[in-house]
Amino acid sequence: MNKQSKPLHLRPKDPKKTLMRLFGYFRYNKGLFFGGILFTILGTLAEVASNAMLSPIIDAFIERKDGRTLLGYFIIMGLFVIIIALGQYLGNLFMIKLSQKTVHRIREDMFSHMEKLPISYFDRHSHGDLMSTFTNDVDMLTQSLEQGISQLTISIITVVGTFAMMIYISPILTLLVAVMLLIMFGAIKYIGQKSAVNFRNQQAALADMNGYVEEIMSGQKVVKVFNYEKRAIDIFNRKNEELRKASTQASTYGTMLMPIMGNLSYVKYALVSMAGAFLVIKKVLSVGNIASFLQYTRSVSRPITMFSNQLNTLFAALAGAERIFNVLDEEVEIDQGDVTLVKHDDKGGYYWKVPKNNEEYEEIPLRGYITFKDVNFSYEEGKPVLKNINLHAKPGQKIAFVGSTGAGKTTITNLINRFYEINEGTILFDGIDIKRIRKYDLRSTMSIVLQDVHLFEGTIKDNIRYGRLDATDEEVMEAAKLANAHYFIKNLPQGYDTMLTADGMNLSQGERQLLSIARAAIADPTILILDEATSSVDTRTEKLIAEGMDKLMDGRTTFVIAHRLSTVRDADTIMVLEHGKIIERGNHEELMQLKGRYYELNTGAAELE
Amino acid sequence: MRKLLPFMRKYAIYAFLSPLFMILEVLADIIIPYIMSRIVDVGIVNQDIQYIVTLGITMIVAALLAMIFGILSAHCGARAGFGFAAEIREETFKRIQDFSFANLDQLTVPSLITRLTNDCNTIGQVTMMSLRMAVRAPFMMIFALIMAFTINASLAKVFMVAIPVTAIVIVMVLYKAGPLFRRLQSRIDRVNAIIQENLIGIRVVKSFNRQSYEERRFKERNDDLKDTALKALSLIISIMPVLNLIIYSTIIAVLWFGGQRVVAGSMGSGELISFITYITQVLVSLMMISMFFLQFMRGTASAGRILEVLNTESEIKEIKEPVKEVKDGSIIFNNVSFSYPGSKEKVLKDINFSVKSGEVIGIIGSTGSSKSSLVQLIPRLYDVTEGSILVGGVDVRDYDLKTLRVQVAFVLQKNTLFSGTIRDNMKWGKEDATDEEIIRALKQAQAWEFVSKYKDGLDHRVEQGGDNFSGGQKQRLTIARALLKNPKIIILDDSTSAVDMTTDVRIQKVFKEELSDVTTIIIAQRISSIQHADRIIVLHHGQIESIGDHNTLLKISPIYREIYESQQKGVIGV
Repeated sequence: MNKQSKPLHLRPKDPKKTLMRLFGYFRYNKGLFFGGILFTILGTLAEVASNAMLSPIIDAFIERKDGRTLLGYFIIMGLFVIIIALGQYLGNLFMIKLSQKTVHRIREDMFSHMEKLPISYFDRHSHGDLMSTFTNDVDMLTQSLEQGISQLTISIITVVGTFAMMIYISPILTLLVAVMLLIMFGAIKYIGQKSAVNFRNQQAALADMNGYVEEIMSGQKVVKVFNYEKRAIDIFNRKNEELRKASTQASTYGTMLMPIMGNLSYVKYALVSMAGAFLVIKKVLSVGNIASFLQYTRSVSRPITMFSNQLNTLFAALAGAERIFNVLDEEVEIDQGDVTLVKHDDKGGYYWKVPKNNEEYEEIPLRGYITFKDVNFSYEEGKPVLKNINLHAKPGQKIAFVGSTGAGKTTITNLINRFYEINEGTILFDGIDIKRIRKYDLRSTMSIVLQDVHLFEGTIKDNIRYGRLDATDEEVMEAAKLANAHYFIKNLPQGYDTMLTADGMNLSQGERQLLSIARAAIADPTILILDEATSSVDTRTEKLIAEGMDKLMDGRTTFVIAHRLSTVRDADTIMVLEHGKIIERGNHEELMQLKGRYYELNTGAAELE
Repeated sequence: MRKLLPFMRKYAIYAFLSPLFMILEVLADIIIPYIMSRIVDVGIVNQDIQYIVTLGITMIVAALLAMIFGILSAHCGARAGFGFAAEIREETFKRIQDFSFANLDQLTVPSLITRLTNDCNTIGQVTMMSLRMAVRAPFMMIFALIMAFTINASLAKVFMVAIPVTAIVIVMVLYKAGPLFRRLQSRIDRVNAIIQENLIGIRVVKSFNRQSYEERRFKERNDDLKDTALKALSLIISIMPVLNLIIYSTIIAVLWFGGQRVVAGSMGSGELISFITYITQVLVSLMMISMFFLQFMRGTASAGRILEVLNTESEIKEIKEPVKEVKDGSIIFNNVSFSYPGSKEKVLKDINFSVKSGEVIGIIGSTGSSKSSLVQLIPRLYDVTEGSILVGGVDVRDYDLKTLRVQVAFVLQKNTLFSGTIRDNMKWGKEDATDEEIIRALKQAQAWEFVSKYKDGLDHRVEQGGDNFSGGQKQRLTIARALLKNPKIIILDDSTSAVDMTTDVRIQKVFKEELSDVTTIIIAQRISSIQHADRIIVLHHGQIESIGDHNTLLKISPIYREIYESQQKGVIGV
C-alpha cells in the first residue's frame, strides 16, 4: 500500500499511440475538427495571397501608374483581409469548441471510470496524483488542443504556401531563405535541448523545495516547541538558493529563444534586402517583388518560432494525456454476479433471485446469514493479511472484532461488501457465494458506518438521504431521531436545510458521526458494518452516539470493529484477531475465563495500537 | 506589488540591466526596416552596389547586436525575477518560523504552503515578464511611431484611427471577459471539489451504491464548466482576428494613400515598405501591453497573499531584556483566564494552582475541558488573556522564548516525526547530542527496546510523518526527543495513549524516580496513566473542579469518580 506520489514524467513514452487515441476522441465532433482545419487553412492561404498582392501594387506605383487603375487590386486585397479575419475567427472558434467538447468528454469518462475502479486502486495511488491528473494534465491538454492543431496547420500551410510563392518570385532568394531557416532550426534544436535539461533540473529543485516546505510546515508546531526555527531556515535557504539558480538557468534558456529567433529573422531580412537589391539592379526582380518577399520572410518564421516555443508544452501535454489514458485503462471492479435482489410485497420483503441452469429461478428470502469458509486474503502477493478465516453469523447477531492495528479487523469487513476480492475460500450470504451476487444488490443490503466520517457538499437532508435517495422528508427526520441527531440538527439555524461545507467541516466530530448513523439507518440494511470511532468526543455526545448505534444495530446482522469494552461485552461472538488469524473466539464470559489475549486487553496488559 | 520592491535590492542591478538591454534590442529592431528602405530608395535607385553592401552589413550587425542584447536581457530578467522571488520566499519562510501558534491557526498551514510555493513562483515569473515585456511593448510602439512620423508625418495620421480602435476593441473584450473568466474559475473549482470529494469518500460512495448518482452530479457541473469556458473563450479568440483585420486594413489604407505619394514622387517606395513593417510593430505592441496587464493581475493577486503573511505580526512578543535562565521547575498559575485569539469564549477561567519543582502532576477531564489549552500556556505557545503564569518564579512573558522552550519540553498531542534517520530526529532535541545521550533518552522513554532491534539502530530510516512506526512506538520516540532537551519541566499531552499499559507504567516510573528533579505534567484520558501522580487536577469546562491524589479524588470528586467507573467498564486502548 505504497501511496508515495511519483515523480511526473515530462515526456510521453509512446507519443504516437497517445496521439492516435486522442484523435479517436475527435470522431464525436468530426465536423468541428475538419471545419476548424478548413477555416484555418482558408485564413492562412488568404494571408499568403494578400502578401503576394503587395508586389504588383508597389511595382505599379513605381512605374508611376495612376493609383485609380489599381482599384481592382485593392478590392481583391480587401476581400482577402476579410477572409483572413473570418477564417481565423471561425477556425479558432471550431477548435476551441472541439477541444472543450473533447476535454469535457475525457473528464466525464475519467470520472465515471474512477467511480468504477476497485478500492485497491485508491490504496495504491495517492489522492494528490489522481487530482493532478484530473486538473493539471487535463488543463495542459485543453490548452494544447486549443492551440496545437491550428498552430500546426498554420505552420504547414504558411511554410508550403510561402515557399511556393517565393520560388515563383525568385528561386535564388528562396535558397537564401531556406539556408537561413536551416540555421534557425539548428538554433531551436540546440536551445530546445539545453532548455529541456534545465527545465527538468528546475522541476527537480522545485519538487525538493515543495517537499521540504510541506513536511516541515505540517509539523510547524513541533518546530516551535523544539526551537528548531533557525535550523529549518538554514536548510530552507539552501534549497531556496538551489531553486533560484535552477529557475534562473531554465528560464534564461526558455526566454532566450525569442530574441534569437526574432533577430535571426532580421539577419535573414537583411540578407534578402541586400541580395534582392542586386537582383533588382540586375533587372531580375522588381521592387514590388522584394516587398512581397520581405513580407514572406517575416511571415514564414513567425509560426515556426511559435510552434517550436510550444513544443515543450506539447510534449508535456502528451505525457499528461498518457497519464489520463493510464487511468482510463485501469481495470474496473469485476462484477459477474447474476444473482439479483427482488421485492415481493405480497410475500413481505426481499428475495434473492438465483438463476438455475435451465432458465429458471430459485428464490431465497433475504435473511442475513454470513459465512466465511477458509478465507485467505492478501493486498500484495506474498504478504497474507487474513489467514484461514472461518466464521458464521446468524441474522440479527452481533459479531465483534478485537485486535491491534493491522491485525485484519477492517479487512474482514471490507471483504463482506466485496471492496476486495478474496484469494481463497468462499464467503456465503444466505447460503449464496457473494461472488455470484451482483455488486449493486449486494451492497444495497449493507450499510457501513466508518470512523472517518465522510460527508458531502449539500444540505443535512441531502446527506442523510444519501442512504436512500427516494426517502421522504419524514423518513429523513425519523432516521435522524433514531440516530439521536434530530436534536442538534433542529438547533441549527436552517435545521435540515443547513448547507454543509466541504466534508462537513462546520460540524463537530461527534455531530458528523451522528449524521453518518442516520445515513446508515435510512438505508434500512440487513447487514450493518460498524467501525467504532476512536477519536475522543465529549462524554455526552459519546453517550448519544452509543445509544444511536445500539438502536441501529437492533435486529440486523452486525459486524463491529470494536474499541469500547461496552460494545464488545454484549456481542454474541467476539473474535480476537492477531496477525490475520482468529486466535480466540467466544462471548465475553468465555473469553475472560480463558485468560488469554482478550483477558490481557481487558486488564490493560497489552498494547492495542 | 510595490510594497515588495525592497526585496529586489540584492538583484537591483539585474532589474535595471534587463530593461536597458531590452531597449537596446528594440532600438536595433526598429532601425533595421529603416535601413532597408534606404537600400531600396537610394541603393537601387542609384544602382550603387557599394552602398547596398555597406547598409546590408550594417543591418546584419544591428541584428546580431540586437540578438546579444536580447539574450542578455533574458538572462538579467531571469536573474532578477527569480532572485526577487527567492528573497521573498526566504523572508516569508523566516516570518512564518516566527509565527505563534495563534498565527498558524489563523492562516492555516496548507494555505501557507501554497503561498510559499505557488505564489512565490508566480511572482518570479511575472516579474521576469514585466521587466521584459512591460518595457519592450511600449518602447517598440513609441519608437515605431517616431519612425513612422519621421518617414511621413501625414501618412502616419492613420495611427490616430488605428490605435484608438485597437485599444477600444482590446479594452472592450477584456472588460467583458473579466467576469466571465472569474466565473470560469469558480466552475473549475466546483468540478475539482466534486472530484476531491469522491476521491476521499470513495468507500462511502461505493458502499451506498451511489456511483451513478455521483456521475449525474459530476455531469451537471462538467457541462456547466464546458458552457462557461466556451463563452469566455469565444470572446477572447475574437481579439486576434479583429486585430489582424485592423492591421491589414491599415496596411491597405497606407498602400492607397502612400501609393499616391510614391506616384507623385514625395515618398520612396522603400519608405512605403518599411512603413508597413512599422504598422505591424505598433499594433502588435498594443496587444502585448494588454496581455501584460492580464499577467500582472495574476502577479498582484499572489503578491497580496504574500503580503498578508509578511504583514502578520507574531502574537507572541519578547520583552527588551529577557531573562535567560530558568531557575527551577516550579510553576504557578495566578488567576489565569484564556480565550483563543479571535474568539470571545473563555476556554479557561480563574485557574489557580502551584507546582513544586520535581512534582508529577496529572490532568484529566472530558474533551472540551481545555486540558491542552491549559498546558500550552506554560511554554508560552499562547499568551494568557488575564492573570499570569510563573515558571521558576518568573513570569513566562519575561523570559527569552528560546530559553523558556528549551527548559519546558512539550510533547504535543498531534506529534510528528520527520523524514531522516532516528538519530536525525533525536537531534531535534539537542543538536550536538552524542549517541550515548540519545540512547539514554531512548531508554528512559522505553523506546530503546525496539530501536535496538533494528540492524541499523539509530540510522534506521524514518519516513515522512513517521508513518513506518506504530502509534505507540511513535509516541515513545517523541518523548525521547523531548527528554534530550534535558528540560526542567516536561509536558506530555496525551502522549502515551497508544502505549500499552505495562510500558506506560514503566515510563511513569522513570519520571518519578530517575527524573525526579524534572517537573512532569501528564494529560491523559486513561486514569491508569496518571493514577500514581503526586497530584491530579480535574478540569471541567475550563475550570478546576478539584485537585488531589487518586484516593482523595475518588472521595471528593464526582467527575473523577464517574470517569473512573466508566473506565472500569472501560475503553480498550486508545
